Amino acid sequence: MNDNVIHVERISKQYHIGKRQEKYKTLQDSLANALASPFRRAMKLLHGHASGASELNETIWALKDVSFEIKRGEVVGIIGRNGAGKSTLLKILSRISEPTSGFITIHGRVSSLLEVGIGFHPELTGRDNIVLNGAILGMKRVEIDKKFDDIVAFAEVEKFIDTPVKHYSSGMYLRLAFAVAAHLETEILLVDEVLAVGDTEFQKKCLGKIQNVAEEGRTVLFVSHDISTINRLCSRTIWIDSGQLRLDSLTNNVIQQYMLSQMQGCMSEIRFPSTHVNNKFQIKFIRIVSENNEPTAIVDFQNSFKIKIGYEVFEPLMGVFILSRITDLYGNIICTSWDTDTTDWEDRVREPDQYTSICTFPGCLLRPGRYLLSVGVAINRHILTYHENILSFEVSPANYCLNPGRVGIITPLFKWEVIHNGENINN
Amino acid sequence: MGNETNRNLEASGVLNDKPVIRIEPTKGWVSLKLKELWEYRELLYFFIWRDLKVRYKQTVLGAAWAIIQPVVTMVVFSVIFGKIAKMPSDGIPYPIFSYAALVPWTFFASGLGRASNSLVSNSNLIKKVYFPRLCIPISSVLSGIVDFILAFIILIGMMFYFRIMPTVNVICLPLLLLLALATSLGVSLWLSAMNVQFRDVGIIVPFLTQIWLFATPIVYPSSLLPEPWRTLYGINPMVGVVEGFRWALLGTNTAPGHIIIIASLVSLSLLISGALYFRRMEKNFADVV
Repeated sequence: MNDNVIHVERISKQYHIGKRQEKYKTLQDSLANALASPFRRAMKLLHGHASGASELNETIWALKDVSFEIKRGEVVGIIGRNGAGKSTLLKILSRISEPTSGFITIHGRVSSLLEVGIGFHPELTGRDNIVLNGAILGMKRVEIDKKFDDIVAFAEVEKFIDTPVKHYSSGMYLRLAFAVAAHLETEILLVDEVLAVGDTEFQKKCLGKIQNVAEEGRTVLFVSHDISTINRLCSRTIWIDSGQLRLDSLTNNVIQQYMLSQMQGCMSEIRFPSTHVNNKFQIKFIRIVSENNEPTAIVDFQNSFKIKIGYEVFEPLMGVFILSRITDLYGNIICTSWDTDTTDWEDRVREPDQYTSICTFPGCLLRPGRYLLSVGVAINRHILTYHENILSFEVSPANYCLNPGRVGIITPLFKWEVIHNGENINN
Repeated sequence: MGNETNRNLEASGVLNDKPVIRIEPTKGWVSLKLKELWEYRELLYFFIWRDLKVRYKQTVLGAAWAIIQPVVTMVVFSVIFGKIAKMPSDGIPYPIFSYAALVPWTFFASGLGRASNSLVSNSNLIKKVYFPRLCIPISSVLSGIVDFILAFIILIGMMFYFRIMPTVNVICLPLLLLLALATSLGVSLWLSAMNVQFRDVGIIVPFLTQIWLFATPIVYPSSLLPEPWRTLYGINPMVGVVEGFRWALLGTNTAPGHIIIIASLVSLSLLISGALYFRRMEKNFADVV
């Protein structure tokens, strides 16, 4: 038996994008053009060319010569920046859009979930929408009937099953929509990241379900730009960049390379020009440095790093607090820390001069992932300035492999002791 | 665990029939893939079912609209053309003369209106999931049959009122309805596929329907036309349908004869060419709509 369920061979997709209209020189020209263009377009139409409202000469390649193979039971992630072509790839695999060249063979029944609740009609009841959505996703009538109760139970909408979905809360609507999709039983599942919508609770449920599907030995292709999800679900990852296949390897490998390329977007330092807007105090720079004092936006999970905040004081100030706050990409505040926490500067006067407050973050504390740094200054408990999300940085797992069971917002390594008590149980 | 899955998959019939899908660019004219359309007949059914469920939701009069539209049109026509303009009506009371024509006409025109816009109004489906796109306009036209039946019941009532017995030719009605359906679908396939790229179609359709109404013997009998023109006029398949309805139900001597052959040929070529054009343009739908 051939183990390759999906075979993608040099797939390319070209899109036509509108060209800017030429300027009309005279009224006569423009009139002539206005009269001629419908005929030109009609001719194009008859020749079967795709053409919209404007002349379509310029083209872009959304995908160019992408080839790969996927084996039965593999769970493969597809990552890439917005507009890299990953959704185009998924659309071609789902037969929604046609490739410009190349070919794909797929062995087995395919379902694609580019969106939950496709074809949901607000006027129809939950019951009707389950049936309709199931049919649109390719389920047979008997299959829907068989799973109907499971779907309703999964969505937790038993009481409202005969209510039009327009009266549903957005949470209920999403749960119902996902519940139908979750009960598809096709061998191959193509999933887009838009699935991860709704509140975090719901997202967890979705991802848990996808994980189950993966564990059942079905083939899953999962498109996302969320690294942590890919990391959790997929053993292999394909990285699409500007329409081309950049890397196809083990997830860890790909993610590291991908993050490194992304980090150019992260900033390790920001400098503030002297403006003297505030005549008491001004921040000069904020910088993230590694253990070895090198500015960096990627810090190793295991190593400590420092946040340096440089500022100038223009008049003697007492009770200055410098604050640094770390937030994750979901907006959760991980921690807030003041420079007066562990120094005696709260009760000391800062004479006019330059200062740097340095906060050292221990290693093995922040989970690998991307974070945002906010910096603020307060004088006598009045906020003077607050730079929200001024820098972003990445905590990379580097070579350290986190135990998947180590769940939690932070990953501190506490001091543990194991005492062999022998017979003396009371010690 | 793997074995269990295999059993599950087998139970749901996944392993037994393993389809192989080949995705590659299509060039030029492509096959109609009628076999695939047949495989998706359940979806077609669900689309019709949705259309029917949704059509008169949140309306006060609900399905009564299916009757009100042709009946009110009939009343207006009877007053203007029947009473004021004194239009001849082949010796039949004008209200039932026009209503017998309005019933198939409304089926044709409302199907055309819905179907020509169907791809655009279902663009979210087209962009997000695969199924034979032909399902969409086909279901839009077919869902008009329920409205047709409701309007037809009124027609039967009117026949009782005017004491008109249908002729034995009434057995031809399903064929005439099929002709109206094929014409409506054929034109809709052309227009709906064009509408994806050229929204001009949305503007043209009501206008086209209006002109078509007067190019069809609804307010007047086709016997008003002298012979060489009457045959030429038969190129419009709806002429055959409408006169056929009157002939079968009201017993007019407008036996369709050769007109029905022309109508069938025109309608069939519209249907086939429409389906071919639709299939050819289909590959761009998701990218353009």
